[in-house]
Amino acid sequence: MADEAVRVRGLRKRYAGGVEALRGLDLCVQTAQVYGVVGPDGAGKTTLMKVLAGVVSFQAEEARVLGRPVPEGLSEVRHHIGYLPQRFSLYGDLTVEENLDFYAALYPPDPEGRRTKQELLEMIGLDPFRDRMAADLSGGMKQKLALLCNLVHRPSLLLMDEPTVGVDPVSRREFWTLVFELQRGGLTVLASTPYMDEAEQFDRVALLSEGRLLREGTPEEIRASVPGVVLELGCEQPFQAARCLEGTQGIQDVQLFGDRLHLFAAQDAPGLRQALEERLGQAGLRIQRLRVVPFSIEDVFLRLTA
Amino acid sequence: MSDLVVDVRDLTRRFGSFVAVDRVSFQIPRGTIFGFLGPNGAGKSTTIRMLLGILPVSEGEGRVLGFDIRTSSEEIRARVGYMSQRFSLYEDLTVLENLHFFGGVFGLSGARLDQKVRDLVEMTRLEGFEQQLAQGLPGGIRQRLALAASLLHDPEIVFLDEPTGAVDPALRRYFWERIAELSASGRTVMVTSHYMDEVERCHDICFIHHGRILAQGSPGLLKSRHLPGEMWQVRTPVRAEVAAHLSRVPGVSGAFPSGEMVRYLLDPGFDPAAPAAALSASGLTCSAPEPAEPTLEDVFVALSRKRGAS
Repeated sequence: MADEAVRVRGLRKRYAGGVEALRGLDLCVQTAQVYGVVGPDGAGKTTLMKVLAGVVSFQAEEARVLGRPVPEGLSEVRHHIGYLPQRFSLYGDLTVEENLDFYAALYPPDPEGRRTKQELLEMIGLDPFRDRMAADLSGGMKQKLALLCNLVHRPSLLLMDEPTVGVDPVSRREFWTLVFELQRGGLTVLASTPYMDEAEQFDRVALLSEGRLLREGTPEEIRASVPGVVLELGCEQPFQAARCLEGTQGIQDVQLFGDRLHLFAAQDAPGLRQALEERLGQAGLRIQRLRVVPFSIEDVFLRLTA
Repeated sequence: MSDLVVDVRDLTRRFGSFVAVDRVSFQIPRGTIFGFLGPNGAGKSTTIRMLLGILPVSEGEGRVLGFDIRTSSEEIRARVGYMSQRFSLYEDLTVLENLHFFGGVFGLSGARLDQKVRDLVEMTRLEGFEQQLAQGLPGGIRQRLALAASLLHDPEIVFLDEPTGAVDPALRRYFWERIAELSASGRTVMVTSHYMDEVERCHDICFIHHGRILAQGSPGLLKSRHLPGEMWQVRTPVRAEVAAHLSRVPGVSGAFPSGEMVRYLLDPGFDPAAPAAALSASGLTCSAPEPAEPTLEDVFVALSRKRGAS
């Protein structure tokens, strides 16, 4: 199927030590989607990327990338794929420009299909740093350069394993702004991330846990996929308040969200708000704000995995 | 001993002609959770390495637990915990063996070391991983092991340099509960992070950019004093397009998708009706703009742009 950039069915992976990283995964990424994979540590996110990049063995009923079966058909499409693993190797003792030259040399020459160095450097504001050694770049700039190295050959599919870890909020925005621009040019992206605010912006999200799919869909569908309500509670001492509210009747879970609490409940039952007020009041804590808020993907993640 | 666990004045570090840390001064009282924020390359790790005595100071002075960072690095390192961005584990040792090894480095042995290791395995939820080789451990498990290793000698202050980098949302909360507990037990924590939601839990925050402190205070104070304008938001299904469109409206900066919204900063003196008019003229589907509560991420973005993004 030309419209499917990635298709796996019944994907399994057992490592030599016996660890079962993937336990029967079905997943489909359409062309020109930005598709996110999220999940707790050990959920199988990295293994999934490695399978699709053709670097680990696996079992599956079906596994296709850009229409070709993995791994035997990968060689035909490898030059259309970019793969940014968690620790992408830049050459620290080469400059920004030399790193781009190096990665360009890895792919078959295709003068028309190539992006020029200038074009790449200007894409994300690395032009002023072209002569700087990669080792001397900040964490955010290193990840931007790693991305550029994977764009030289104008891939149609980009696999990225937690590309923005360690990247500051401003650089993170710039990184994703570029990715979404490339998407409008037809690029398909499969990316894992520990940042749930990033997942909110993807076209579709797969929530993995222990090698299985817990949820899959658009962010709207994921947000609507758990029953109950979230009450957002603002107060002076959220940490103490969280302790105090654990075990309150009608409250299934209490989670800190920045300077406020998210309380998960089956429903916004009559009397619940008063019960919360009384319980906190006994501990000398006062509610500043209490309201029902929509579920976020982070709420869903916490409800299903914590 | 004074109740200032960290006290630095005009701390400066140069690499050749490059000034990585430029006359930085701050104090951290005992029991404080002190957030040290800034863009990549701002000078955060360099500052921490000077506080530990690992990196010589070019100018200025500082004390950690009363010890001079220029002359007493050994005394400091014996009393502080440090979790770096890239914690060096022994890949061919198991989780337990790594903890016993690092305990030995800090002079612990026998029953005391065994007990401490048991306590920390429980605290950092490493049960079940004890006999696994460090090699091949998922990122979040390595982070937990690194946190455990930094606490083996009961340090009075811990320096956590991006402890939650690759950690999933549930575990990040767990880490911050441990940080709050350390603080409640009188320990001091200096922490860096790029997750602006979790640093809301710091008592005090210092924002550094290009080696200089641009802002310092509680999260509430930073939001009320260091945001040059008002935050607004619109709800829209076409977030990227609306953000791009808003970025071209005079007085609007930092327009960015957030959940189902696009948030933006409106500079003082600009009419809130202007972005609304621009949006309705664009024909893009979106709600009328409404005021939004500022977040620390908004402050971070505004401060980063103040002197040109890195």
